[in-house]
Amino acid sequence: MAKTLFDKVWDSHVVRQVEDGPDVFFIDRHFIHEVTSPVAFLGLESRGNSVVYPERTFATADHNTPTINQHLPVEDALSANQLQALENNAKKHGISHWGLGDVNNGIVHVVGPENGITLPGATIVCGDSHTSTHGAFGAIAFGIGTSEVEMVLSTQCIMQPKPKKMRINVNGKLGLGVTPKDVALYIIAKQTTSGATGYFVEYAGDVFEDMTMEGRMTVCNLSIEMGARGGMIAPDQKTYDYIAGRAQTPKGAEWDKAMQYWETLYTEEGAEFDVEFNYNASDIEPMITYGTNPGMGIGVTKDIPNASDVEGGVDTYKKSLGYMDFHEGDSMIGKKIDFVFLGSCTNGRIEDFRAFASIIKGRKKADHVTAWLVPGSHKVVDQIKEEGIDTIIEEAGFVLREPGCSACLAMNDDKIPAGKLSVSTSNRNFEGRQGPGSRTLLASPLVAAASAVEGVVTDPRTLINA
Amino acid sequence: MAYDKFEVLTSTAYPLPTENVDTDQIIPARFLKATERKDFDINFFRDWRFNADGTPKADFPLNQEKYAGSKILVGGRNFGSGSSREHAAWSVYDFGLRCVISSEFADIFKNNCLNVGVLPVQVSAEFADKLFAAIEADPKAEITVDLPNQTVSLVATGESESFVINGYKKENMLNGFDDIDYLKNIENEISAFAETRPF
Ligand code: SF4
Repeated sequence: MAKTLFDKVWDSHVVRQVEDGPDVFFIDRHFIHEVTSPVAFLGLESRGNSVVYPERTFATADHNTPTINQHLPVEDALSANQLQALENNAKKHGISHWGLGDVNNGIVHVVGPENGITLPGATIVCGDSHTSTHGAFGAIAFGIGTSEVEMVLSTQCIMQPKPKKMRINVNGKLGLGVTPKDVALYIIAKQTTSGATGYFVEYAGDVFEDMTMEGRMTVCNLSIEMGARGGMIAPDQKTYDYIAGRAQTPKGAEWDKAMQYWETLYTEEGAEFDVEFNYNASDIEPMITYGTNPGMGIGVTKDIPNASDVEGGVDTYKKSLGYMDFHEGDSMIGKKIDFVFLGSCTNGRIEDFRAFASIIKGRKKADHVTAWLVPGSHKVVDQIKEEGIDTIIEEAGFVLREPGCSACLAMNDDKIPAGKLSVSTSNRNFEGRQGPGSRTLLASPLVAAASAVEGVVTDPRTLINA
Repeated sequence: MAYDKFEVLTSTAYPLPTENVDTDQIIPARFLKATERKDFDINFFRDWRFNADGTPKADFPLNQEKYAGSKILVGGRNFGSGSSREHAAWSVYDFGLRCVISSEFADIFKNNCLNVGVLPVQVSAEFADKLFAAIEADPKAEITVDLPNQTVSLVATGESESFVINGYKKENMLNGFDDIDYLKNIENEISAFAETRPF
């Protein structure tokens, strides 16, 4: 029977199938960070287990880290304690550790690919739902809970039922100012936040083929926001070019051997999906969210829909708009904003900073807007400087911060104050996600840049320097 | 992490009909700084339960005396969406709940629940509405969740629906076992498999 890309990678990692139960699923690569791993190590130790394959686990500090003065001791005692616990656990068990200030440090889903740890056809997990990012390379990658982190540490396997298969095809050419983030927000708005629950998604079609690896990562990253366990894109020459020569990618004969496997990683003609969707690139415009879940997104020029026109309960919808202090029929364009956040594992890569810079170049940040520009890793910082983007940022009145998750989940000091409205390139607009009482509009780096300059929600197409 | 066995549970229930309840509400990120599993009961639904000054919000079901002590929560559709933080499932358990009933669960949350001893019971939208209506009519309405028979029923009327759980997970819940026990038992098979991986 013709196989899908997903079948090929999944099936080759099944150690055994449990009768009337999940598969015993082998994990090639495991990322850990300070927030979801400490209790797993406690569990491991209390059972008297050890880490079976320490070379398959990689630790980086990101969720809790400050984004200024990283050379100084971390002030928040609880955060410092978690960072220390990560370092101690890594050391004790022989796991590589990229702590604060390390040249390889950054957001786990940014540094994995940068260092060649993320490979096509691999299985990758991490105690973070946006692990789906790594699917951009044709890997099966998804988030796990702390119990499962302990399973991987002590056995290199987890127990998972095989998800169902969905394919999403987007064909055609994207219009001016329409970015991978918009493609993802468009798909999520169509699917709702639970439309892909129970599925693993393959993205196919012109739009994804044309995308850079950074763009593919943005799309796969957001798969979880429609409920999917993960999303993946078949590897191609772009994928191989991206990974070639990185620190941990196979070299020489091992590369050739791996390549033989990678070249088998595509969905065969006639392979079946449980469900399939087709969208047109030309229907997608720059997107923005207006509610408290990522499925509540519309084209930036559109008005907030009426409760009667959306799926789901009216009470839930009204509660959401009430939290945002928005009304049915409001136009998004022109809403006054207070904060802009450029960063996160969704849009914290070099391409995102390039996009942001393309709009702010020669313009000025609006005075009343506070902007946090947080690169995803030190390597991104280096590249920003190499390309002179830092100068553009400074000349426009912005400041570049140090890498970390930052205001994506606001575990450090980067919290949007209660009631304030933020345009954010991150992935979640849940109530209080960016700080208690904060209100979040998810958008692309272009929309964020245009809004930062104008001080109100702005269609970036009006500012694109033709 | 060991948990108590789950067989048959009869209890009143907290109703929370809001849809798309996400894990940031179940346990806000600022409470994820612990390196041990403690205080998750207090911070369960922190910002929906308490005002900024720490006083309880009287209209939130988890604060209402009429439901106090329930071991079941009936939630709206798409319960537990969002992050993979197992802390969300811990807070459900540590608050004293053993079962969440909803017409739809987010995958990772459901998985985490099963791993920590909380039974996620997925029912039809109609049956969920029935449960909400019964609780609305009588806050003391009892629900029985029978794991061996895979049924959930309203004690007063006997109305009942069956639910799905795979045989392996069911066995685990009935016995308080977890996956690590299973995986450790097949260590040799796993290490032989690891040898065959190309990278
Ligand atoms: S940037 Fe946000 S979503 Fe990404 S790993 Fe960090 S906290 Fe998670």
